Amino acid sequence: MATVALAGVTKRFGDVVAVDDLTLEAGDDDFLVLLGPSGCGKSTALRMVAGLEEPTSGRITIGGRTVNGVEPKARDVAMVFQSYALYPHKTVLDNIAFPLKARGVPKAERNEQAASVAAQLGLGELLTRRPGQLSGGQRQRVALARAIVRRPQVFLMDEPLSNLDAKMRTQTRAELVELHERLATTFIYVTHDQVEAMTMGSRVAILDQGALQQVGPPQEVYDRPANLFVARFIGSPPMNTLPATVEHLNGTAALRVGAGGRVALPEVLGNAAERGHGADVVVGVRPEHLRPVPPSATVANGDGIRATVRVVESLGHERHLLCEVEGAGAVIARVDAEAPVPHAGEPVLLGAEPRHVHIFDGATGGRLGP
Amino acid sequence: MAAELVDPRALPPPPSGAHPVRIAGRYGLLVVAAVVVAFPIYVAVAVSIQPSDRLLRFPAVLIPGDLRLDTFERAFTQARLGRYLVNSAVVSLVITAGQLVTSILAAYAFAYLRFPAKRVLFVAFIATLMVPSEVTIVANYETVQRLGWLDSYQGLTVPFLATAFGTFLLRQSFLQVPRDLRDAAALDGYGHWGFLAGVAVPLARPMIAALGVFSFLLSWNQYLWPLLITNDDAYRTVQIGLKALASTNIDQLNVIMAGTVIAALPIFALLVLFQRQLIRGLTSGAVKG
Repeated sequence: MATVALAGVTKRFGDVVAVDDLTLEAGDDDFLVLLGPSGCGKSTALRMVAGLEEPTSGRITIGGRTVNGVEPKARDVAMVFQSYALYPHKTVLDNIAFPLKARGVPKAERNEQAASVAAQLGLGELLTRRPGQLSGGQRQRVALARAIVRRPQVFLMDEPLSNLDAKMRTQTRAELVELHERLATTFIYVTHDQVEAMTMGSRVAILDQGALQQVGPPQEVYDRPANLFVARFIGSPPMNTLPATVEHLNGTAALRVGAGGRVALPEVLGNAAERGHGADVVVGVRPEHLRPVPPSATVANGDGIRATVRVVESLGHERHLLCEVEGAGAVIARVDAEAPVPHAGEPVLLGAEPRHVHIFDGATGGRLGP
Repeated sequence: MAAELVDPRALPPPPSGAHPVRIAGRYGLLVVAAVVVAFPIYVAVAVSIQPSDRLLRFPAVLIPGDLRLDTFERAFTQARLGRYLVNSAVVSLVITAGQLVTSILAAYAFAYLRFPAKRVLFVAFIATLMVPSEVTIVANYETVQRLGWLDSYQGLTVPFLATAFGTFLLRQSFLQVPRDLRDAAALDGYGHWGFLAGVAVPLARPMIAALGVFSFLLSWNQYLWPLLITNDDAYRTVQIGLKALASTNIDQLNVIMAGTVIAALPIFALLVLFQRQLIRGLTSGAVKG
């Protein structure tokens, strides 16, 4: 186990900035997930930690030791590749033992260690097979075993589950979390799949266009997204975001959302209220927090957004109301399968508890308020 | 994803062709082609094992009778074929080994290393393929002569130890090795030499075997260069020996043919031996496929 730290790391490929001034730390025993859309620089960041790419500027340390310019093999890190990168001409046993061979471990000993790790991962029966004779899930395990057998200080994983089918992925996710607990080693895990990030990571770092957007425990990132990008990237379906303007009327602040209506601006929304009259903001509410206000309830003006239901999608355990807010855009509300819902084409009043309303700066996308 | 070497066994069987006539036509063509290719070989063997007085009787000569194997013995003794064969073997083995080593190293450099002017150098390498050997042979002769290498194994081998063709061939093969494997090997603790020996060469083995066979074949069959730089019988190769045999035994076609068959045997053995290597692809299963 070791702390991995990136300090002001930038990587350029020609004119393209792949990673932009990234400062990030994965502590001892951390399961740090680098999350972002493809091309966000997460894999490049991982490859720089591995030593497969050299940063253009900035410093990378592993266990307090600066590793800039240090060869991959001298960094004591192991990596699992998206393609698994198994040696096709070697048997499963030889694949797993290959890193030990490089370190001069005697043959009998390395075969014993490799077989032991293989057995732990349920590969005991497959030692004499070649990668071409294995299923995707089995190959993935061999790749894992090859990483584990070295007992590295840091595990790096580059989308290791993306080639598995949905069922295998769910199963392997849980196994990786268990593995992390058992090995008690620093994991850095790259994925574009937010479900993997949420379920596996002890901390999640979200990147976009090479720049770090937010880092923190998954729940914190979900509950308090630092900006619009994170808000829209995390969550499925993603957070509803609607452009709005700040209104100051009779000494109280409120938000006007398109033609959909006014929403009182509770004090919890903090410094958004300090914006002047007419300031542009973006209001965000997660689908599960956006609910149709019962038609029977008498609602004062300013407690909801008027919208029209376009489609009702049933997912079995819940339903999604796709609604159109006039002049602002589309939103999705998630409601229980049993709850009464309006039909397509009907008007609906949508509301949310103030603590579930997020407000972002209209220009920068940064979070306003607590 | 990059094109992979495909294991022919993994492919679905070729469409069997709905119509029997079509199948018959296809096999008919194959038979004709096989006969065209095999006929000269058959004639050479048939002529070599019959006494010379039968050779003028056509077409009886094509149906061998009165078999004799002493022609082979005479080819050995009359034409010193034994010495020539040893020379050819030494020269071909040295050239093949040299070409494999230099091609593997140069191809690896062009495929995996970063160095200045790599593209320009590679194009220059490839450009040498377009220069016919006749153009360089005089210059090469002068060089070898100045080095005092006429009538020597150095003179026969050194000019052929590197080949742009082999470099190009193996570079393509190395480029097919997934980049992730290089990265994985680097993390597993292997530098360039370890990766070359442990991963790149084993994966390129079919192509390396093909290049080896090809190099051996070409150097075994060399004629002009050995003829040019050897006058001493001790360094002449089998092709030169055959020519000498043919011109001194013009009346004994069977002995000449026996020599030819002997000269062709090593090549034949090589092809049979490496047949499997030549057609087998090994990359399947390297990455998710």
